[in-house]
Amino acid sequence: MKELSLSGSSHPFVFGLKDGSSIALGYIPAAITFGFIAQTVHLTSVETLLMSLFVFAGAAQYMALSLLAAGTGAFEIIFTTFIVNIRHFLMSASLNEKTLPGRPLQKAGYAFGITDEVFAVTSMKEGTISSAYIYGVFLISYVSWASFSVAGHSIGDLLPSILQQSLTFALYALFIALLTPSLKKHRKVIYLACSAAVMNSLFSLWLAEGWSLILSVILSAGFIEWAAPHSLEKTQNEKEGA
Amino acid sequence: MSQQMIIIIIGMALVTYIPRMLPFLFFRTEKIPPKIEGILKNVPYAALGALIFPGAVFIHDNPLFGITGIAAAFLFSLLGGGLIVVVLGSIAVLTLITPLF
Repeated sequence: MKELSLSGSSHPFVFGLKDGSSIALGYIPAAITFGFIAQTVHLTSVETLLMSLFVFAGAAQYMALSLLAAGTGAFEIIFTTFIVNIRHFLMSASLNEKTLPGRPLQKAGYAFGITDEVFAVTSMKEGTISSAYIYGVFLISYVSWASFSVAGHSIGDLLPSILQQSLTFALYALFIALLTPSLKKHRKVIYLACSAAVMNSLFSLWLAEGWSLILSVILSAGFIEWAAPHSLEKTQNEKEGA
Repeated sequence: MSQQMIIIIIGMALVTYIPRMLPFLFFRTEKIPPKIEGILKNVPYAALGALIFPGAVFIHDNPLFGITGIAAAFLFSLLGGGLIVVVLGSIAVLTLITPLF
Protein backbone atom coordinates (compact mmCIF):
# COMPACT_ATOMS: atom_id res chain seq x y z
CA MET A 1 0.00 0.00 0.00
CA LYS A 2 1.31 3.36 -1.00
CA GLU A 3 0.13 5.21 2.10
CA LEU A 4 2.94 3.51 3.99
CA SER A 5 5.25 6.05 2.40
CA LEU A 6 3.51 8.70 4.51
CA SER A 7 4.22 7.03 7.84
CA GLY A 8 7.79 8.22 8.10
CA SER A 9 9.23 10.20 10.95
CA SER A 10 6.75 13.01 10.36
CA HIS A 11 2.96 13.11 10.52
CA PRO A 12 0.99 13.49 7.24
CA PHE A 13 -0.48 16.72 8.65
CA VAL A 14 3.03 18.17 8.82
CA PHE A 15 3.71 17.07 5.23
CA GLY A 16 0.48 18.80 4.30
CA LEU A 17 1.54 22.03 5.99
CA LYS A 18 4.88 21.82 4.20
CA ASP A 19 3.39 21.23 0.73
CA GLY A 20 0.68 23.80 1.43
CA SER A 21 3.22 26.48 2.33
CA SER A 22 3.80 27.07 -1.40
CA ILE A 23 0.08 27.90 -1.73
CA ALA A 24 0.20 30.07 1.39
CA LEU A 25 3.04 32.00 -0.25
CA GLY A 26 1.22 32.33 -3.56
CA TYR A 27 -1.94 33.50 -1.80
CA ILE A 28 -0.18 36.43 -0.14
CA PRO A 29 -0.22 38.75 -3.18
CA ALA A 30 -3.61 37.41 -4.34
CA ALA A 31 -5.19 38.01 -0.93
CA ILE A 32 -3.59 41.42 -0.47
CA THR A 33 -4.97 42.44 -3.87
CA PHE A 34 -8.40 41.11 -2.93
CA GLY A 35 -8.39 43.03 0.34
CA PHE A 36 -7.25 46.20 -1.37
CA ILE A 37 -9.98 46.02 -4.04
CA ALA A 38 -12.53 45.18 -1.34
CA GLN A 39 -11.62 48.39 0.43
CA THR A 40 -11.96 50.43 -2.78
CA VAL A 41 -15.50 49.09 -3.32
CA HIS A 42 -16.32 50.05 0.30
CA LEU A 43 -16.42 46.68 2.04
CA THR A 44 -15.54 47.01 5.72
CA SER A 45 -12.56 45.03 7.01
CA VAL A 46 -14.97 42.72 8.85
CA GLU A 47 -16.92 42.06 5.63
CA THR A 48 -13.65 41.40 3.80
CA LEU A 49 -12.51 38.95 6.47
CA LEU A 50 -15.88 37.17 6.60
CA MET A 51 -15.99 36.74 2.84
CA SER A 52 -12.51 35.19 2.81
CA LEU A 53 -13.33 33.01 5.84
CA PHE A 54 -16.71 31.75 4.63
CA VAL A 55 -16.26 31.58 0.86
CA PHE A 56 -12.53 30.82 0.40
CA ALA A 57 -12.59 31.02 -3.40
CA GLY A 58 -10.22 33.53 -4.97
CA ALA A 59 -11.63 33.95 -8.47
CA ALA A 60 -15.24 34.09 -7.29
CA GLN A 61 -14.42 36.64 -4.60
CA TYR A 62 -12.73 38.95 -7.15
CA MET A 63 -15.75 38.59 -9.39
CA ALA A 64 -18.11 39.40 -6.54
CA LEU A 65 -16.21 42.63 -5.92
CA SER A 66 -16.45 43.76 -9.53
CA LEU A 67 -20.17 42.92 -9.56
CA LEU A 68 -20.67 44.84 -6.30
CA ALA A 69 -18.86 47.80 -7.80
CA ALA A 70 -21.21 47.63 -10.79
CA GLY A 71 -24.20 47.67 -8.43
CA THR A 72 -25.29 44.10 -9.20
CA GLY A 73 -27.88 42.46 -6.96
CA ALA A 74 -27.27 39.69 -4.44
CA PHE A 75 -28.94 36.94 -6.46
CA GLU A 76 -26.82 37.55 -9.55
CA ILE A 77 -23.61 37.65 -7.49
CA ILE A 78 -24.48 34.33 -5.82
CA PHE A 79 -25.47 32.75 -9.12
CA THR A 80 -22.23 33.90 -10.79
CA THR A 81 -20.28 32.43 -7.87
CA PHE A 82 -22.04 29.13 -8.41
CA ILE A 83 -21.13 29.10 -12.11
CA VAL A 84 -17.50 30.04 -11.43
CA ASN A 85 -17.10 27.41 -8.71
CA ILE A 86 -19.01 24.46 -10.18
CA ARG A 87 -15.62 23.22 -11.45
CA HIS A 88 -14.78 22.25 -7.89
CA PHE A 89 -17.43 19.53 -8.08
CA LEU A 90 -15.31 17.86 -10.74
CA MET A 91 -12.11 18.42 -8.78
CA SER A 92 -13.59 16.97 -5.58
CA ALA A 93 -14.90 13.94 -7.50
CA SER A 94 -11.39 13.40 -8.88
CA LEU A 95 -9.65 13.88 -5.53
CA ASN A 96 -12.14 11.54 -3.84
CA GLU A 97 -10.61 8.71 -5.91
CA LYS A 98 -7.24 9.32 -4.24
CA THR A 99 -8.24 9.80 -0.63
CA LEU A 100 -8.06 7.16 2.08
CA PRO A 101 -11.37 6.30 3.72
CA GLY A 102 -12.31 8.83 6.38
CA ARG A 103 -15.23 9.70 8.61
CA PRO A 104 -17.95 11.71 6.79
CA LEU A 105 -17.51 14.70 9.11
CA GLN A 106 -13.76 14.68 8.47
CA LYS A 107 -14.36 14.70 4.71
CA ALA A 108 -17.07 17.35 4.98
CA GLY A 109 -14.50 19.50 6.78
CA TYR A 110 -11.67 19.36 4.30
CA ALA A 111 -14.10 19.57 1.37
CA PHE A 112 -14.51 23.25 2.34
CA GLY A 113 -10.85 23.82 1.47
CA ILE A 114 -10.76 22.38 -2.05
CA THR A 115 -9.70 25.48 -4.00
CA ASP A 116 -7.96 25.14 -7.38
CA GLU A 117 -4.59 25.35 -5.62
CA VAL A 118 -5.36 22.92 -2.79
CA PHE A 119 -6.74 20.50 -5.36
CA ALA A 120 -3.65 20.89 -7.55
CA VAL A 121 -1.18 20.26 -4.71
CA THR A 122 -3.05 17.33 -3.12
CA SER A 123 -3.86 15.60 -6.40
CA MET A 124 -0.24 15.77 -7.58
CA LYS A 125 0.92 13.95 -4.42
CA GLU A 126 2.08 10.40 -5.25
CA GLY A 127 -0.21 7.58 -4.17
CA THR A 128 -3.19 7.78 -1.85
CA ILE A 129 -3.58 10.67 0.58
CA SER A 130 -4.91 10.87 4.11
CA SER A 131 -7.37 13.33 5.60
CA ALA A 132 -4.59 14.72 7.81
CA TYR A 133 -2.49 15.56 4.75
CA ILE A 134 -5.37 17.40 3.07
CA TYR A 135 -6.09 19.31 6.29
CA GLY A 136 -2.46 20.40 6.44
CA VAL A 137 -2.49 21.76 2.88
CA PHE A 138 -5.91 23.37 3.38
CA LEU A 139 -5.32 25.03 6.77
CA ILE A 140 -2.04 26.76 5.98
CA SER A 141 -3.53 28.07 2.72
CA TYR A 142 -6.72 29.17 4.51
CA VAL A 143 -4.88 31.08 7.24
CA SER A 144 -2.78 32.85 4.60
CA TRP A 145 -5.80 33.74 2.45
CA ALA A 146 -7.89 35.09 5.34
CA SER A 147 -5.18 37.00 7.16
CA PHE A 148 -3.68 38.64 4.07
CA SER A 149 -7.15 39.61 2.84
CA VAL A 150 -7.46 41.73 5.96
CA ALA A 151 -3.90 42.98 5.62
CA GLY A 152 -4.61 44.02 2.05
CA HIS A 153 -7.66 45.93 3.20
CA SER A 154 -5.43 48.28 5.16
CA ILE A 155 -2.00 48.13 3.44
CA GLY A 156 -2.76 46.95 -0.12
CA ASP A 157 -1.67 50.14 -1.83
CA LEU A 158 1.68 49.91 -0.08
CA LEU A 159 2.87 46.93 -2.14
CA PRO A 160 5.91 48.16 -4.07
CA SER A 161 4.78 48.87 -7.62
CA ILE A 162 7.83 47.13 -9.11
CA LEU A 163 6.55 43.88 -7.54
CA GLN A 164 2.86 44.25 -8.34
CA GLN A 165 3.04 42.90 -11.89
CA SER A 166 5.34 39.98 -11.16
CA LEU A 167 3.51 38.88 -7.99
CA THR A 168 0.33 38.22 -9.99
CA PHE A 169 2.26 35.38 -11.60
CA ALA A 170 2.84 33.50 -8.30
CA LEU A 171 -0.07 31.06 -8.54
CA TYR A 172 0.61 30.30 -12.21
CA ALA A 173 4.22 29.49 -11.26
CA LEU A 174 2.85 27.12 -8.63
CA PHE A 175 0.65 25.33 -11.20
CA ILE A 176 3.60 25.01 -13.60
CA ALA A 177 5.82 23.66 -10.79
CA LEU A 178 3.18 21.05 -9.99
CA LEU A 179 2.62 19.96 -13.58
CA THR A 180 6.19 19.84 -14.93
CA PRO A 181 7.49 16.76 -13.01
CA SER A 182 4.50 14.71 -14.25
CA LEU A 183 5.08 15.81 -17.85
CA LYS A 184 8.43 14.06 -17.65
CA LYS A 185 6.90 10.88 -16.23
CA HIS A 186 4.01 10.07 -18.57
CA ARG A 187 3.38 10.98 -22.19
CA LYS A 188 -0.35 10.85 -21.44
CA VAL A 189 0.06 13.81 -19.07
CA ILE A 190 1.43 15.91 -21.93
CA TYR A 191 -1.62 15.10 -24.09
CA LEU A 192 -4.01 15.86 -21.22
CA ALA A 193 -2.46 19.17 -20.21
CA CYS A 194 -1.89 20.40 -23.77
CA SER A 195 -5.33 19.51 -25.11
CA ALA A 196 -7.07 21.10 -22.10
CA ALA A 197 -4.86 24.19 -22.44
CA VAL A 198 -5.68 24.59 -26.14
CA MET A 199 -9.40 24.00 -25.62
CA ASN A 200 -9.60 26.40 -22.68
CA SER A 201 -7.79 29.06 -24.74
CA LEU A 202 -10.36 28.63 -27.52
CA PHE A 203 -13.50 28.25 -25.39
CA SER A 204 -12.64 31.24 -23.21
CA LEU A 205 -13.09 33.43 -26.29
CA TRP A 206 -16.82 32.65 -26.21
CA LEU A 207 -17.66 31.22 -22.81
CA ALA A 208 -17.53 32.52 -19.25
CA GLU A 209 -14.40 31.45 -17.33
CA GLY A 210 -16.14 28.78 -15.24
CA TRP A 211 -17.83 27.04 -18.16
CA SER A 212 -14.76 27.18 -20.39
CA LEU A 213 -12.54 25.50 -17.81
CA ILE A 214 -14.95 22.74 -16.84
CA LEU A 215 -15.83 21.97 -20.48
CA SER A 216 -12.21 21.75 -21.61
CA VAL A 217 -11.24 19.57 -18.64
CA ILE A 218 -14.12 17.13 -19.19
CA LEU A 219 -13.53 16.94 -22.96
CA SER A 220 -9.78 16.51 -22.59
CA ALA A 221 -9.99 13.94 -19.77
CA GLY A 222 -12.74 12.03 -21.61
CA PHE A 223 -11.20 12.09 -25.05
CA ILE A 224 -7.73 11.07 -23.89
CA GLU A 225 -9.27 8.26 -21.84
CA TRP A 226 -11.04 7.03 -24.99
CA ALA A 227 -7.94 7.42 -27.19
CA ALA A 228 -5.34 6.16 -24.70
CA PRO A 229 -7.01 4.13 -21.95
CA HIS A 230 -3.70 3.22 -20.28
CA SER A 231 -3.45 3.66 -16.57
CA LEU A 232 -1.30 6.60 -15.55
CA GLU A 233 0.36 4.41 -12.93
CA LYS A 234 1.33 1.74 -15.46
CA THR A 235 2.80 4.09 -18.04
CA GLN A 236 5.44 5.03 -15.52
CA ASN A 237 6.88 1.50 -15.74
CA GLU A 238 6.41 1.33 -19.49
CA LYS A 239 8.10 4.62 -20.27
CA GLU A 240 11.35 2.98 -21.34
CA GLY A 241 9.52 1.21 -24.17
CA ALA A 242 7.45 4.23 -25.21
CA MET B 1 -22.60 45.24 8.21
CA SER B 2 -25.44 45.62 5.73
CA GLN B 3 -28.07 42.93 5.48
CA GLN B 4 -27.38 42.61 1.76
CA MET B 5 -23.70 41.86 2.44
CA ILE B 6 -24.66 39.12 4.92
CA ILE B 7 -26.95 37.52 2.33
CA ILE B 8 -24.24 37.71 -0.35
CA ILE B 9 -21.58 36.14 1.87
CA ILE B 10 -23.84 33.32 3.09
CA GLY B 11 -25.14 32.66 -0.42
CA MET B 12 -21.65 32.61 -1.92
CA ALA B 13 -20.46 30.32 0.89
CA LEU B 14 -23.24 27.80 0.25
CA VAL B 15 -22.94 27.63 -3.55
CA THR B 16 -19.16 27.27 -3.20
CA TYR B 17 -19.19 24.67 -0.43
CA ILE B 18 -21.95 22.35 -1.67
CA PRO B 19 -20.30 21.38 -5.01
CA ARG B 20 -16.98 20.84 -3.18
CA MET B 21 -18.59 18.63 -0.54
CA LEU B 22 -21.07 16.43 -2.47
CA PRO B 23 -18.55 14.08 -4.17
CA PHE B 24 -16.66 13.39 -0.93
CA LEU B 25 -19.80 12.43 0.94
CA PHE B 26 -21.86 10.71 -1.73
CA PHE B 27 -19.53 9.18 -4.34
CA ARG B 28 -18.52 5.62 -3.47
CA THR B 29 -15.15 5.00 -5.13
CA GLU B 30 -15.77 1.25 -5.46
CA LYS B 31 -19.10 1.82 -7.25
CA ILE B 32 -17.71 4.14 -9.92
CA PRO B 33 -17.39 2.43 -13.35
CA PRO B 34 -13.75 1.94 -14.46
CA LYS B 35 -14.24 4.23 -17.50
CA ILE B 36 -15.41 7.10 -15.30
CA GLU B 37 -12.65 6.36 -12.81
CA GLY B 38 -10.10 6.63 -15.62
CA ILE B 39 -11.53 9.99 -16.64
CA LEU B 40 -11.50 11.27 -13.05
CA LYS B 41 -7.84 10.27 -12.73
CA ASN B 42 -7.07 12.30 -15.85
CA VAL B 43 -8.76 15.40 -14.44
CA PRO B 44 -5.82 16.79 -12.39
CA TYR B 45 -3.48 17.00 -15.40
CA ALA B 46 -6.12 18.45 -17.70
CA ALA B 47 -7.14 20.91 -14.97
CA LEU B 48 -3.56 22.13 -14.54
CA GLY B 49 -3.25 22.68 -18.28
CA ALA B 50 -6.46 24.71 -18.30
CA LEU B 51 -5.57 26.61 -15.12
CA ILE B 52 -2.27 27.75 -16.67
CA PHE B 53 -3.55 28.54 -20.20
CA PRO B 54 -4.64 31.02 -21.33
CA GLY B 55 -4.63 32.84 -17.94
CA ALA B 56 -0.87 33.01 -17.46
CA VAL B 57 -0.33 34.49 -20.95
CA PHE B 58 -2.72 37.38 -20.30
CA ILE B 59 -1.62 38.64 -16.87
CA HIS B 60 -0.11 41.66 -18.63
CA ASP B 61 -1.29 43.62 -21.69
CA ASN B 62 1.87 42.40 -23.41
CA PRO B 63 1.70 38.56 -23.66
CA LEU B 64 5.53 38.40 -23.71
CA PHE B 65 5.51 39.14 -19.97
CA GLY B 66 3.44 36.07 -19.10
CA ILE B 67 5.25 33.90 -21.65
CA THR B 68 8.59 34.83 -20.06
CA GLY B 69 7.14 33.84 -16.68
CA ILE B 70 5.90 30.51 -18.04
CA ALA B 71 9.33 29.78 -19.56
CA ALA B 72 11.11 30.73 -16.32
CA ALA B 73 8.83 28.62 -14.13
CA PHE B 74 9.12 25.67 -16.53
CA LEU B 75 12.91 25.95 -16.56
CA PHE B 76 13.20 26.19 -12.76
CA SER B 77 10.96 23.08 -12.47
CA LEU B 78 12.99 21.13 -15.03
CA LEU B 79 16.10 21.95 -13.04
CA GLY B 80 14.44 20.25 -10.09
CA GLY B 81 13.41 23.28 -8.07
CA GLY B 82 10.82 22.70 -5.35
CA LEU B 83 7.49 24.50 -5.40
CA ILE B 84 8.68 27.51 -3.40
CA VAL B 85 11.91 27.84 -5.39
CA VAL B 86 9.96 27.85 -8.67
CA VAL B 87 7.46 30.43 -7.38
CA LEU B 88 10.10 32.79 -5.96
CA GLY B 89 12.48 32.25 -8.90
CA SER B 90 9.96 33.13 -11.58
CA ILE B 91 8.75 36.15 -9.59
CA ALA B 92 12.37 37.30 -9.37
CA VAL B 93 12.83 36.93 -13.14
CA LEU B 94 9.60 38.84 -13.84
CA THR B 95 10.51 41.57 -11.37
CA LEU B 96 13.84 42.02 -13.17
CA ILE B 97 12.14 42.44 -16.55
CA THR B 98 9.22 44.55 -15.26
CA PRO B 99 10.99 47.85 -16.17
CA LEU B 100 11.02 46.69 -19.81
CA PHE B 101 7.21 46.46 -19.95
